[in-house]
Amino acid sequence: MTQLPPPSDVKLGLVIDLDTCVGCHACVVACKGWNTENYGAALSDSDPYGADPSGTFLNRVHSYEVQPETGPAQQVHFPKSCLHCEDAPCVTVCPTGASYKRAEDGIVLVNEDACIGCSLCAWACPYGARELDAAAGVMKKCTLCVDRIYNENLPEVDRTPACVRTCPSGARHFGDLGDPESAVSQLVAERGGFDLMPEQGTKPVNKYLPPRPRDADEIDILAPLLAPVATDGKGLVAWIDRALSALPGGAR
Amino acid sequence: MHPAPSVIAFTTFSGLGFGLLFWLGLGLPAPTGLVALGFYVIAYVGAVGGLLASTFHLGRPERAAKALTQWRTSWLSREGIAAIVTLLLGGVLALAALFGSYLAPLGWLVSLGCLVTVGTTAMIYAQLRTVPRWRHWTTPALFFTLSLGGGALLANQGAAALALLTLGAVVQFIAWVTGDTRFDRSGTTTGSATGLGDLGEVRAFLPPHSGPNYLLREFVYVVGRKHAFYLRLIGMVLAFGVPLPILAVELTHLTAGVAVLSHVLGVLCLRWLFFAQAEHVVGLYYGKR
Repeated sequence: MTQLPPPSDVKLGLVIDLDTCVGCHACVVACKGWNTENYGAALSDSDPYGADPSGTFLNRVHSYEVQPETGPAQQVHFPKSCLHCEDAPCVTVCPTGASYKRAEDGIVLVNEDACIGCSLCAWACPYGARELDAAAGVMKKCTLCVDRIYNENLPEVDRTPACVRTCPSGARHFGDLGDPESAVSQLVAERGGFDLMPEQGTKPVNKYLPPRPRDADEIDILAPLLAPVATDGKGLVAWIDRALSALPGGAR
Repeated sequence: MHPAPSVIAFTTFSGLGFGLLFWLGLGLPAPTGLVALGFYVIAYVGAVGGLLASTFHLGRPERAAKALTQWRTSWLSREGIAAIVTLLLGGVLALAALFGSYLAPLGWLVSLGCLVTVGTTAMIYAQLRTVPRWRHWTTPALFFTLSLGGGALLANQGAAALALLTLGAVVQFIAWVTGDTRFDRSGTTTGSATGLGDLGEVRAFLPPHSGPNYLLREFVYVVGRKHAFYLRLIGMVLAFGVPLPILAVELTHLTAGVAVLSHVLGVLCLRWLFFAQAEHVVGLYYGKR
């Protein structure tokens, strides 16, 4: 059913630390690897080794430049996947009931057997979290690795989304954001975690942690002692430089 | 938004078809026999043809029947149900007309069904908070005036067509004037999209992938926007500018043909702009609109 369930007590989701993300795209690769051979249709690529590659991904890493009013600009790496919104607009617009939000843990999923590939859910999502797979003709989205997190065939350490498991900088955290005592909720409270596009009214479960302001640029104390390139050259090389510079059109 | 030809054809022709069926349901005109056959064939070719065209952009069209199940929340589902019920009832009306009688109460029900169908179609677009240009009363107003006005033109209802198409031109103008700034007034910016707006000016620096992807193809359609002004002019002239004076003078078979042809081409052009000029907020993540 595409009616949203009443808000669940358990709200599984991700907390993404923009301060520690180094933009390595390991989460993108881990996500594509796990999800192309597990839940639902494979994440297809077209022309993957050719001149115009294109494919379906459930997680993508953008990079933004933030220019404060004063001081140097700062670069922020920004992973983005489904935010498993409480008021998920992608669910209610679905005409077939393929899109649904789980009542028990709040995960938003697509039942691919019922999906007609009309794309309306992707139109309704402000975050670009859903992509229609060109080969399968059905809508793909982050499952929060629902086939890992409850999977008792995996060692306990692996029962976490593939992106979280693989992140080398510890920038991704998985947990229950409905429980104020959980580690992820504490992290959000401590670091001032925020929602993306709160004005869209989607109430995302996933939270982002802000980057620290960039350190002020300081000229190194030894800098004055480091001589710059000589401008008063002597000898053969200096003569060649002057001679070539004197030619019409020569570099100066 | 990507202006998919199937969706443009669907909204244009099914709009006209249901518009014509609306007037036939009211008994304006109430033809019988072969004349009735002609009118109903035109209405059904438009409405059914448009609906069939809309299935072409589905990834899995063979499952389209499932789309009728979620009417509690989904405008797309409601539209499908309204269209099918209206077309079935209209079929009975057409059969009766063929044999010489106009069934008034059934006709009114069919007309009501046409209004519901056109309204639900418009709401598919007007409901989307992600496309600020569409989320406005002018979207349903435009779908209604174009559908009923074009239908009146096809149904040879000169006065109604004159009034509705004039209204349509006004609504279209309001939709453009207010719609051009609605994205900027929506409050969604690259700053709110990334949550980094408080730290400074946010600029998309590196895209997540070197090639295009589904999101960019579907939502960030910029080709042809630079010609928007002239296309608006052409759409306005064809959809309203040519038919209105003809309607104001008198409809003959020849001039009506010119008016209808011009109007249909104009609406196709306006519908193309409706999609091509609509900007989805997801473009902000890519530094594009």
